[in-house]
Amino acid sequence: MPDSSTATGLHTEAHNPALLHHFAEPQQQRDAASLGMWVFLATEVMFFGGLFCAYLVYRLKYFGDFGAASKTLNVTLGATNTAVLICSSLTVVLAVWAAQSARRTLLIGSLGITMILGLVFLGIKGVEYNDKFVEHHVPGASFSFEKVPTPGHPGQYADPHHAQLFFSLYFVMTGLHALHMIIGLGIFLWLLIMACKGRFTPEWHTPVEIGGLYWHFVDIIWIYLFPLLYLIDRHP
Amino acid sequence: MLIMSDHSKSSPLPTYFAVFIALLIGTGLTVYASGLDLGPFNAPIALAIASIKATLVALFFMHIKGASEKLTKLVVIAALFFLLLLLGLTMTDYATRAWS
Repeated sequence: MPDSSTATGLHTEAHNPALLHHFAEPQQQRDAASLGMWVFLATEVMFFGGLFCAYLVYRLKYFGDFGAASKTLNVTLGATNTAVLICSSLTVVLAVWAAQSARRTLLIGSLGITMILGLVFLGIKGVEYNDKFVEHHVPGASFSFEKVPTPGHPGQYADPHHAQLFFSLYFVMTGLHALHMIIGLGIFLWLLIMACKGRFTPEWHTPVEIGGLYWHFVDIIWIYLFPLLYLIDRHP
Repeated sequence: MLIMSDHSKSSPLPTYFAVFIALLIGTGLTVYASGLDLGPFNAPIALAIASIKATLVALFFMHIKGASEKLTKLVVIAALFFLLLLLGLTMTDYATRAWS
């Protein structure tokens, strides 16, 4: 087919091989990918927003009971996990920068460290969940929250039913966040494999960029979960 | 060639590390502030610190600042607007239910 080979010859001369046919220029291609990811993240805001809304309603309704339940969480582990996620966000921007500037060793290293930090986060979360099981603070048949004083009201005890509601929200919100972390680890494993194969170039590293957007978003969710779940009514 | 995007012309690394340090300081600050008795201001201060941290992540790590596409900014603002509608309109209901 002589016609098609001529067409292909013309095609490679006129177009960057990293540029898909339906885009005018690389910048437009990158913007389209990142816009798509941001639209997805907007739906995620609404997804988590419903849970934050439920939390807000019940926190205001059962103020003291939520304070008493929140005080049983481990702030040291929660703060450590916040720091772990912030470190992982730094390694993610380093990975994106490395992909932009063709630093392959830094890219692979940053992706690997990000995954390790993600696993550390999930490990610490697992320790916290285990503590809740041991203390019978997991909602269900064996839930127990007897004689726990309400902060700011000496001599009063928290209502176990309302405290159970706090722990339900705690497990659903942190559980959904942990599920996002697990999905993020899957994405980053794929990015790591692609990076090891040398698929990312300064011209084309869109998966690193939008995978990074996802990871930062999950970090932002935790930035709000940490004070709302761990730090309410801490003061004496 | 239009290979590098605008924000990568000069090295962004100092900005990244500055934001990283600010985020760690914010975390320490919010833990410290939670131990103080600030009356009704404990929750607003914790949420203000969280919002500053989230804004730093979005602007500098997620490259909203310097994004060449205005549509991206519009999507972010739209998401926040609808979140505000969700929380705001729900609370106008629950906060005024004097009869329940």
